[in-house]
Amino acid sequence: MKKFDKERVLLAIAAPVLALIAAFALTALVLLATGKEPFSAFGVMFEYGAKSDSQVYILNKATTYYLAGLAVAIGFRMNLFNIGVDGQYRLSAFFAAAAGGAMDLPGLVQIPLIILVAMLVGAMWASIAGLLKVYRGVSEVISTIMLNSLATAFISYLLVDGKLGVLDPDTNIVSTEPLPASSHFFTIPTGGDLDPVWGFIVVAVLAGLAFWFVLGRTRFGFDLRSVGRSEPAAQASGVNVKRMVVTSMVLSGAMAGLVGMPTVLNDTHQFTADFPLGVGFTGIAVALLGRNNPVGIALGALLWGFLERGANRLEFEGYDKEIVGVMQGVIVLCVVIAYELVRRYGTKRQQQRVGAELAAQTVNLTKREVAK
Amino acid sequence: MRRVSKIAVAGIATAALAFSATACGSSSGEGDKDKGIGLAYDVGGRGDHSFNDSAAKGLDKAKKDLKVGGKEMTAKNTDTEADRYQKLADLADAGYNPVVGVGYAYTPSLAKAAKKYKDTDFAIVDSVVEAKNVTSLVSAEHEGSYLAGVAAALKSKSGKVGFIGGTNSALIKKFAAGYVQGVKATKPKATVDVQWVTPGSTDGFALPDRGKDIAEGMLDKNIDVIYSAAGGSGAGAIEATAKKKGTWSIGVDGDQYYEQGLANYKNSILTSVVKNVDGSVYDFITSVLKDKKPMTGVQTYDLKQGGVSLSYSGGFLDDIKPKIEEAKKKIIAGDIKVTSTYSG
Repeated sequence: MKKFDKERVLLAIAAPVLALIAAFALTALVLLATGKEPFSAFGVMFEYGAKSDSQVYILNKATTYYLAGLAVAIGFRMNLFNIGVDGQYRLSAFFAAAAGGAMDLPGLVQIPLIILVAMLVGAMWASIAGLLKVYRGVSEVISTIMLNSLATAFISYLLVDGKLGVLDPDTNIVSTEPLPASSHFFTIPTGGDLDPVWGFIVVAVLAGLAFWFVLGRTRFGFDLRSVGRSEPAAQASGVNVKRMVVTSMVLSGAMAGLVGMPTVLNDTHQFTADFPLGVGFTGIAVALLGRNNPVGIALGALLWGFLERGANRLEFEGYDKEIVGVMQGVIVLCVVIAYELVRRYGTKRQQQRVGAELAAQTVNLTKREVAK
Repeated sequence: MRRVSKIAVAGIATAALAFSATACGSSSGEGDKDKGIGLAYDVGGRGDHSFNDSAAKGLDKAKKDLKVGGKEMTAKNTDTEADRYQKLADLADAGYNPVVGVGYAYTPSLAKAAKKYKDTDFAIVDSVVEAKNVTSLVSAEHEGSYLAGVAAALKSKSGKVGFIGGTNSALIKKFAAGYVQGVKATKPKATVDVQWVTPGSTDGFALPDRGKDIAEGMLDKNIDVIYSAAGGSGAGAIEATAKKKGTWSIGVDGDQYYEQGLANYKNSILTSVVKNVDGSVYDFITSVLKDKKPMTGVQTYDLKQGGVSLSYSGGFLDDIKPKIEEAKKKIIAGDIKVTSTYSG
């Protein structure tokens, strides 16, 4: 049994490694096609990505991506495609920032309150899709995409001077009321004149632990995963599938609510129209990359942060920065393909082994019979 | 499951080790001085036929006249504060001087970069950053847009005109405010349909297909003059009006009549509200590199000193030119106060 485990771990690592190698090879081909030398481009990315200020950047960016990945993964675990993480996190961040700007309480009270507002807004926004699916049979893919657009419209309706926004006449930027200094989240100093690492990384790690515990160690998590594997089977074993759909959508939305928090609490301290967009979609890629596993998602998020840091530098060095977009797309495709290939290979190995053991048994049996 | 947690611990431990081991290594800052001009574009970048291209024109002219090199960076929709700061810091760090941030999205990041790189001269277009080594290049967009409103009202046969803004930001609302005022002052009964490509997000400046969709919708409603202040998205609106006879579009930022990428549609480009971003960028760069006396503070480019203007390219406005010039005089003299705020 021990040996079998080792092989499984090996197979699990083989898939992403294979995918990365394939992705880099394909990107090298694209670079060659554009008439650029590929290895110097990779060299630039690795060298720049390893600098200490790049590491800070990557950790901060990965914090956001990790939470987005977790939010998507909760849905994935039960076969729900929450494409709406994008709208959920922006709406949550907006309301949380607006609420935070309107209050002036001690940080110890206010920060949890802001986070709570964000999670509630995300959960409520996502629950619309869950309820529509359960009671009206609307596919969550369609409804969450539409809710994304609605969230954008909703924010732009409220983010104007005089409603929930304040206009800075000098800079022409409309933002929510900035958070009071008491509700700035703590940061981890990194020495020198480097930017600090956002303290929200601690919350992200806790969220990852909670994800692992709830899904892997509780009855609720078991029910959720079993619905994901087979709805009728779960129903037959007494799981209320409808309630599970709504609950997991709500959980996914609450997690999505956290996605904008590192930016609001650690970075901008307000919500503006240029709040980062599309993180929800990055979350889908990161969740796929990490196989919905909390550790895998973390690695995927770090990889994504690294690639984006490199992208900015590549443009500086005269490469087309779109190349990193190509690379990210290729990685996701390769990962999906590699996992499927490795899964098939694993099943085949397993079948062969079972076959071999059965054959050995029959041989033993016949031997015994012959001996008689 | 225990196995997984062990791997997790091992992974985190290695990551932490790797981080602490290399964090003491070098920062990405290095490089010498005087490499030329550094310029960071807004979303859309060079080739948007509009705002960014206008800045690019100023940069190209300065590069040619002063015989210096330069480096250009482009913003993405997904950029965060850290990304924008990285672009400016990379430029300053590598020794590019001056460094120009094109677009108001750079406001906080440029302020931060200017604080760190005190020996570099920065400029920001369309916004204000208060620091000793920063020049703020702002324009009176509402004044030029007022004249466009006058032209639109006089040229429209249906009495219905349209406005397409890239996003409903305060800056783009300045364009809308002047335009609406100009239309209403000329023909009080005319209606203005105001629409935004993507309200609440800045990617509306790089979506020509959406610009085209909105323009087509307006044309279906019998609107016959459309003014777009939407960066690269405006090209879609121009394409749409070119396809329907008797309808006009009004360009923005550069004189879009002469824009090579839009040459096929130039006969439907009534006029353009020219915002002299190229001039202001050029002025700033020469002040740093040639005169060695960098500009400082807020530089406002308005109608009076030619920072904004309405173009007469193509001769489509020749019949109404006197009326436009009259309005222009009144604005300069202060008889007409153009509002810069649009509510809605």
